Formats: sequence, C-alpha cells, structure tokens
Amino acid sequence: MNNDELIIGEHKFNSRFILGSGKYSLELIKAAVENAGAEIITLALRRAISGDVANILDYIPKGVTLLPNTSGARNAQEAVRIARLAREAGCGDFVKIEVINDSKYLLPDNYETIKATEILAKEGFVVMPYMYPDLNAARSLRDAGAACIMPLGAPIGSNRGICTKEFIKIIIDEIDLPVIVDAGIGKPSQACEAMEMGASAVMANTAIATAGDIPKMAAAFKNAIEAGRTAYLAGMGRVLESGSSASSPLTGFLHN
Amino acid sequence: MEQRINHMEYLPDMEQIKSDIMDRVISETENYDYSKYTKSDVKTALSHQTKTLDDFKALLSPAAMPFLEEIAQQARIETKKHFGNSVYMFTPLYISNYCENYCIYCGFNCKNKIHRAKLNKEEIEKEMQAIAKTGLQEILILTGESRKMSDVEYIGEACKIARKYFKLVGLEIYPVNSNEYAYLHKCGADFITVFQETYNSDKYETLHLAGHKRVFPYRFNAQERAVMGGMRGVGFAALLGLSDFRKDAFATGVHAYLIQRKYPHAEIAFSCPRLRPIINNDKINPKDVHEPQLLQVICAYRLFMPFASITISTRECERFRNNVVDIAATKISAGVDVGIGGHGDNVQKGDEQFEISDTRNVKEVYDALIKKGLQPVMSEYIYV
Repeated sequence: MNNDELIIGEHKFNSRFILGSGKYSLELIKAAVENAGAEIITLALRRAISGDVANILDYIPKGVTLLPNTSGARNAQEAVRIARLAREAGCGDFVKIEVINDSKYLLPDNYETIKATEILAKEGFVVMPYMYPDLNAARSLRDAGAACIMPLGAPIGSNRGICTKEFIKIIIDEIDLPVIVDAGIGKPSQACEAMEMGASAVMANTAIATAGDIPKMAAAFKNAIEAGRTAYLAGMGRVLESGSSASSPLTGFLHN
Repeated sequence: MEQRINHMEYLPDMEQIKSDIMDRVISETENYDYSKYTKSDVKTALSHQTKTLDDFKALLSPAAMPFLEEIAQQARIETKKHFGNSVYMFTPLYISNYCENYCIYCGFNCKNKIHRAKLNKEEIEKEMQAIAKTGLQEILILTGESRKMSDVEYIGEACKIARKYFKLVGLEIYPVNSNEYAYLHKCGADFITVFQETYNSDKYETLHLAGHKRVFPYRFNAQERAVMGGMRGVGFAALLGLSDFRKDAFATGVHAYLIQRKYPHAEIAFSCPRLRPIINNDKINPKDVHEPQLLQVICAYRLFMPFASITISTRECERFRNNVVDIAATKISAGVDVGIGGHGDNVQKGDEQFEISDTRNVKEVYDALIKKGLQPVMSEYIYV
C-alpha cells in the first residue's frame, strides 16, 4: 500500500524521481528508467524530432510518462510554439517549460516562463515550469496555472548541489503546489537533501548521464530520493533545525 | 600589378554597425604576450573553476604544452558536463565554387585554374536528397565568395530546399549585411560561420589580395550582423597556420566571448581548421601547428567557453578526430565532399576547396562514435 503519491495536475505517480534522457547513450535509457523506478522521463522536443536515425523516442520504454521540454525556446512565444508541436507530435499534455535566453549559464528567464505558463495552462497543458527560485515568480506561476514549480538547485549541468537551498525552502513553505528540484543536483546525497527539505520530487540528468555506470547511478538516486522522502515524512528536522527539544515539558514545574 | 584597395576601409554597400568589439579584440590580441606566461600561471588557470581571460591566455601559451594531458582531462570533464556523450553529426554541401577573392592559400581563389561550377535548384535538391538518405539532419551550405555568381537570393533558395530535408541549416558564405542575414534566416538558416582566417590585420592584408574579402572589418563584424539579423548562433575560426596561431586562437576566443557578452542568447561555435594542400599547390601545410598544438587550442576553447560547440574538420585525420570528440570537440562532419556536386550517384561538377584527410562516410563515422561509447546525435534543434 502506498498512499504517498506525487500528484501533478490530475495525474498520480508513485515515483518521485524524474529522469532526464539527454547526454547519454540511447541504449542505456531503458536500463536507467528501470533502475530509477522513474515514471516520468523528460526529453527535449528538439531532440525527439531528429529523424529516423538514432531517434530518442524509439528508446524510451512504453508506459513511462513523457515530459517534453521546450529547450531551445528563448522567449514565451517560442516556448508556446514548441509545446504545441510536442502535443501534435503525440508527446501528451505534459510540458516542462524551459525558456533560456542565455547561452553561457543557461539560466531560465522567469518573466517569459510565467507568460508561457499562462498561455499553455489555458490550453489544457499540464505545465511544469523550470524557474530560478524566486518566491514572487513562483506565486505568479501558480496563479498562471502551473501544475508544479521546478526551481533550480544550481546552474544546469553543474553538479554543484542545492546552492539555492534557502530560497527553495521558502518556495516549499509558501506554495501549495508540488515543488520539484531541477538542475544542479550532482550526487544522490544532494537529491536526498532536497527530499528531506520537503521537495515533492527531484529531477536529474547530468549527474546520472556522466556517471561511470549509468543504470547503477540511477538506482542510487532512486534509493536516495526514497530515503529523503521517508525522512521528511518521519518528521525530521526538529533537532536539526530548531535545536534539541526535551521529551517532557520544561515549564511543567510552574504548575506543580 | 593591380592596385590593392585599403583593407581597413569599408566599400560602398557594406553595412557599418556600431560596435567596439573589433577594437577590443585587436587591442587585447596586440597586448597578448604569450612568452611571459609561466608554469605557475598555467597551474593557476587550471585551478579556477571558471576561466578568466588571463587564464585563457595562459592555457594558449607555450608554458601550457607540458600540461597538455592535464588540460585535456579537464577539458573532457567540461565537455561531458555540458554535452554528456553526445556528438553532433553534419555534412557540408558546397553549392558553388565561383569566387571573386584572391586568397593565396585557398583552392577556390579567383586566380587558381580549377573547374568552376554552380548547382542549380534541381541539382541542389538532388544533392540534398542523397545526403538526407544517409540519415543526417544537419547541413552546412557553403559557397565560394562571389555575390555575382551566387547572390543572396540564390543562397536563400538553397536554404528553403534544405529545410525540406534537414532540421538544421547552417551557412558558411561571404559576409552580408544584417538585413540579408535576416532574409536568409527567414529562408530557414539559423547558424552563420565566418572564418576570419587571421586576426592580424597586417598579415590579413598580405594574404587576401583582392575581392570583398580583403576588407577586414566588414568580415570581422559578420557574426554581430548575423545575430542582429536574427540568427540563433554564430561560428568563429582562425585558419591556424596562416599567422601566429597562438594569437589567432586567442583573438578567436575573445571575439566569441565579447559577442556572447553583448548578445547573451547567441549560441557560440568554434571551428579549428589548419591549413591544407590545395589543387595546384600541394606544398601548403599547417606550419608550426602540429597535432599537440591543435589539441591545445581546442582544449583552451573548451575550458574558456565550456558551453560552446566545437567542430572538428575533415582536414584532420581519422585518428585525431576520433580522439578529439571524446575530449573537447562536439561536432563532426562525415561523408564530406568539398567539391561541387558528387553526393550519392550525382556527378561532381566543380573542383574541391582543399584536400580532405578523413574521407569516411556517415555510417563509418557513426559506427566509430558508437564504438567509443559516444552517442551520435543527428540534430538537437528546432526552428522557431
């Protein structure tokens, strides 16, 4: 029995690990998905339309929810176009919005992301926006109809961990939508940390794609994410975050 | 001898944009004295997570040569971070070899007696069909530099045909004005590569004796005009061996760096060509740019701009190319023909620009990448 489901829009998932599909050999995707226990896999639409030879869509196991992303979009208008193309290409209603207008750091443009979210949510997409962790932007995304919030932990591909921890924590505390930490997570321990903080799920690609044994690393992430989630549900944090608390009241003597 | 025009002065009809990038690149390059960099500068550069301009200078200096293994190791890590094991495949298609320029090292130069030809629309389509059959999804359209024989409209038509068969269309043509780049973008092209050949304008003057190409600043500002015209990405290169290769590689990097700073959305690419023999002159060679020096340059580009695309040319041999795509290069051509026509069963109509070294077809390159544990990617691009 598992009542701890991840709910995005109206869709329920048992796994809290969203796996990326880029940057590694197509032959390994199936094994990575299986070892990760992943139910959602992201793929760049621009990669999915690459013709008959080495087309990534041929390698993604059936039954996994496709989460096409709009990478390549530099503004809201382009993101909207790519999302519509993804739907036409049979990739479903999920879309991860990535609007990147900076070729060096690949940091998302929150303003354009909000605009794209508003348009696509109205069109019935399950919109999952990748964003820079700013509370005001997260609120605007929620109001625009986002199904979750995907703040970055560190620059994409950097494997630096959750550099933006404090700000992601604020979003987790303030926004009543699933918060999925995306980008920058380099190690299973960092994925675990994100889950302990109360993130609803973790998205990772480069950390797995650049590992020596990709399926094995996918399994390590799966375990770390489950451990972090269990710890969060177990109500950790009182000792760590607020100092130790005594088991019996300290002020009880006043009433004696 | 004919009168040579002033190579630093724009000709009528050449668009002049407001930009200080050329002056900055030239002054940075003039001040770059690579002999003053030491082992310790190279070590410092290697210790920095993000490389500064000064680190880039150290990595290109002779002092860095003994550290080539360490540099390659670090370059490989950066490449994997940004690209994983993906290697992008493409092929060039030369549609015309008419040229009005007299560049003494180039097979297409107007004084070289070669078979000249230009493909018509039907021929372009046939060539593209033959190329598309190999599975490639990215094409780079090239012409000799003759506005008369291959005008912008002709190139635009080629782009439109290319869009029917390929996801991604790049251009390597003579520099044009920003409104013409905008037109070509509308026709389907999204990437522009312009080789500056050498960034030393004095040397440039002695190598480019006639034609529009002789005008150094117009060529220099081509990438910026292309971005202004709406192109997604721009490619930079010096033809290594023409002049002081360390300074030229440095200038190429700074040029790209300043364009990216000014236009943060622009995607940056490097090519790293060395001189090759041409028809009627088999003596041309890359001089002091041997394979280790070439690898040093490629790795320095990677470390300085880890996110940039780096193309490895068929000017290099199979062994070098197979290895460098696992270190720093991210794009490789295959099934290359640098003449006019001749793909598939089509008959070649015009002669080649230079002699290629790696003659493998698409399948051979594809299989070699797989064998190395790399993932060939036919395209990761969408025209929006």
